[in-house]
Amino acid sequence: MTTIELEARESAPRGRWRFGQLVKERPAATVGAVLLALFILMAIFAQWLMPYDPYHQVGPVFGTPSLAHPLGLDDGGYDVVSLIIQGGRISMVVGFAATLVATVLGGGIGILSGYFGGATDTALMRMTDYFLVIPDIPLMIIIAAVWGPSLSHIILVIGLLLWTSTARIIRSQVKSVRERVYVRRARSVGASHARVIFRHILPQVAPLLVANTVLTIAVAIFDETALAFLGLSDPTAITWGTMIEHAFERTAISAGAWWAVVPPGVAVSLVIMACSLLGQAIEDATNPRLRVAHLSIRGFRILPRLPGKVADR
Amino acid sequence: MSLLEVVDLNVWFDLPGSGRLHAVQGVDLAVERGERLGLVGESGCGKTTVMMALMGLLPSSATVSGEIRLEGEDILAGGEDTIRPHRWVDMAMVFQGAMNAFNPVQTIGRQIVEPMELHGVASGQAARRRTSELLEMVGIPASAAKRYPHEFSGGMRQRAALAMALACDPKVLFADEPTTALDVMVQAQILMRLVELADELDLALVLVTHDLPVVAQACDRAMVMYAGRVAEQADMDVLFHDPRHPYTELLFAATPDLYGEDHVVSIPGNPPRLDQKLVGCPFAPRCPKAMDVCRREEPLPLAIGTGHVAACHLNSPAREATA
Amino acid sequence: MTTLSNDAQLEPPLLEVLDLVTYYPVRRSFIDSLQRRPRQWAHAVDGISFDLYGGRMLALVGESGCGKTTTAQSLLRMVEPTSGTIRLEGRDITHLRQRELRPLRRTMQMVYQDPYESLDPRFRGRQTVEEPMLVHGIGSGRAERRALVDELLERVGLTPPHLYADRYPHEMSGGQRQRLAIAASLVLNPRLLVTDEPVSMLDVSVRAGVLELLDSLRREFTMGVLMITHDLSTASHFADDIAVMYLGRIVERGPAKEVVRHPRHPYTRALLSVVPARDPRRRTTPHILQGEAPDPVAVPTGCRFASRCPFVIDACREHDPVLDPVSGAAGHEVACIRADEIESAALPEVVGK
Repeated sequence: MTTIELEARESAPRGRWRFGQLVKERPAATVGAVLLALFILMAIFAQWLMPYDPYHQVGPVFGTPSLAHPLGLDDGGYDVVSLIIQGGRISMVVGFAATLVATVLGGGIGILSGYFGGATDTALMRMTDYFLVIPDIPLMIIIAAVWGPSLSHIILVIGLLLWTSTARIIRSQVKSVRERVYVRRARSVGASHARVIFRHILPQVAPLLVANTVLTIAVAIFDETALAFLGLSDPTAITWGTMIEHAFERTAISAGAWWAVVPPGVAVSLVIMACSLLGQAIEDATNPRLRVAHLSIRGFRILPRLPGKVADR
Repeated sequence: MSLLEVVDLNVWFDLPGSGRLHAVQGVDLAVERGERLGLVGESGCGKTTVMMALMGLLPSSATVSGEIRLEGEDILAGGEDTIRPHRWVDMAMVFQGAMNAFNPVQTIGRQIVEPMELHGVASGQAARRRTSELLEMVGIPASAAKRYPHEFSGGMRQRAALAMALACDPKVLFADEPTTALDVMVQAQILMRLVELADELDLALVLVTHDLPVVAQACDRAMVMYAGRVAEQADMDVLFHDPRHPYTELLFAATPDLYGEDHVVSIPGNPPRLDQKLVGCPFAPRCPKAMDVCRREEPLPLAIGTGHVAACHLNSPAREATA
Repeated sequence: MTTLSNDAQLEPPLLEVLDLVTYYPVRRSFIDSLQRRPRQWAHAVDGISFDLYGGRMLALVGESGCGKTTTAQSLLRMVEPTSGTIRLEGRDITHLRQRELRPLRRTMQMVYQDPYESLDPRFRGRQTVEEPMLVHGIGSGRAERRALVDELLERVGLTPPHLYADRYPHEMSGGQRQRLAIAASLVLNPRLLVTDEPVSMLDVSVRAGVLELLDSLRREFTMGVLMITHDLSTASHFADDIAVMYLGRIVERGPAKEVVRHPRHPYTRALLSVVPARDPRRRTTPHILQGEAPDPVAVPTGCRFASRCPFVIDACREHDPVLDPVSGAAGHEVACIRADEIESAALPEVVGK
């Protein structure tokens, strides 16, 4: 099988992935990317997309879906479509901001830990372990309760709890890249640590970091929803989480107003699914180990002998 | 009728995306019992692919055509169904880098017994007895059967891989770079044992390697491959002293020799890409003796003497007539 | 200290290695450390000395585990030497701190075994060659660096340079990659080039080309080349001198052809006997050594080779032999007390079972 690998190594661009190729090889990634793009566009152009003002009552409490209000009205008589759009905007901002915190923190700690190893690694990883074993939701509840419910606190809390897995994944990748000969060569040429990290290590772990970031967005949005559902988010802000919370609290279920609960739930699920599909696909595409399929041997095809050639022995 | 005869073997690989790579192009070969054949060439020349095709171990991206006749039966015709009964029973192989050829969590003995049980050659006490015999045969104390692969040195593991290949008493033994990663001393030991065993057991040994001196010392005959094709095939002695393909000649000249005083020279250029259509002789761009015809027409394998075949326009009768 | 060759004695050696020792700590188990067992050391390099002059190529030959790679890493200070002295252009660099060492890194460069591993897969040819310049601030502007890169690519045979400057490693063949790696190490104008098995990963047809390149470069830049290899045939063709290592020591050294044609040490003789000949008519009879090299953690007293030597006598196990000049062969030294006695004796053929 060595020749096959060798030839593939020569012909396929190794270590780089192109978006076009990704889309072609993995339709799931396309679905995820398109879905995520739609949600992002929705968040950006919320102003113009909302049919009604989400902060004002526009009809009866729990008004049933109609042509004017395709997803009905909620407990305050607000238009659910407008709420979903506005809520998406805040949910996504919180999700992305928290992810940014987690990625910078996790990526940085992962790289430092993996690159320097030794005592640095031990100290940072010990710290990571502590963060890892903290039960997320109870801590979030405590912090949110102590600091008071506000969106920036939610972002910080989620960010501070989500970096651990990123740090561990990046660390292990950096550890293996660090041992590559070209990194050693760069060091022996006299390159500084910063140079080695930014020029040689970071580009190599970047795709993994991107994949991880996309996956983290899903978790962050989920966490935001969960916290809001528990009433720990800013009660004045409209997010998908607060929508579900309000619907539950104000007896939407017993009133039979499913349209107040299901749409925000579906929206959260769709974003998470989109992120997962896209993140998984990037991860698969950039991790050659997940792509190798050499156990699928013996499936080769046989062609009849080519005519014309005579064995001249 | 030869023990193993291959006629017009072609292998293509589907490339990721689109495109196809014609890895093996019209290879003919024959091996007899007790014969030691070397399959030499540089990386990507198709030597390993030929061996994998003969063992029926190609991946699903491969397409094969041709005939592989084992004692007269075309075992390629039915694909996996016709190859499976022969694999490891009639044809076995020693993998390159025995390091990865073993399961790290099973004892060596267990892994040698496995093929015997799978193919119904022996089982239970008989299989264990045979394992002891096999290990002693390759130069490992029988007690080592209870040990795990990581307790073995590289040379020991390679010997164990040899024992595993011999488990079902095959007729043809393929060895893919069996000594490449080993130290010279161990390399010589294993090679000697391999040759002795091939003689003792009357095996047809096919040694796949890039190392010409190893083939020169261990094999009777060799097939030089280039760009998926057979460049030249002859007895080792003829190949070295009377090569009829410039590639063979240059390959020898590029190999440093402890006993040779001559200047070691490299072959300029690179092998051609096999995913594109080639016109003319694949070696022509690197060949110092290339003529116009070489760039136009692909030379066909031509029999020069007994068992001596070369694919080079220099040997064509037309040219000799005009010369 | 004797010299390897006699024609370059006028100027001081480029690299002087005196009694270099590098030990590695052996991992102690937890139980051992509880029982306060003393820490053990693997004697990877155990007292070797040699000189390397500018413009010459010295091959350090031996089997894996003999300490040849550790020697190279100690010289480049990638591994800390335990004792001994390393002088580069007369300057003692054995104990320089990493910070002080950085400017000296320009003087000594390394070419690695696997050119695929030693090149950053995301760097184009130009970036690979440019990087050391950027690190050391060579070349004042883009244009100057560009010109230098082109010049170097051309020098190592990657012509036309602009073609290779834009290629990624995976778009090049093994030989081209190794040439690129050599270009990247030449950019700092080193005085010493340490090459670790520079061609063992390459195809036979391009090996000679890379070795010839190294050969011409050292002459052109009067650069000293230390080649680490297990391949005696290659060493005999391209190196000026050969030093054979066994278990952390140099057991024999001298001019390449002399060592290969008239080996004195039983180990060198055995090592040469197992090198297969290219000519099938010249059937070589390998003299295979029994057993394995002793554990470098517990080095035996006396001659290190005694446990496997076919000519061993009691005295061998008592006296640790030093390198002595071989009479009648300038620069040829051997560490064997019976070297003269056994010169004409044939090596017994040990059947390797």
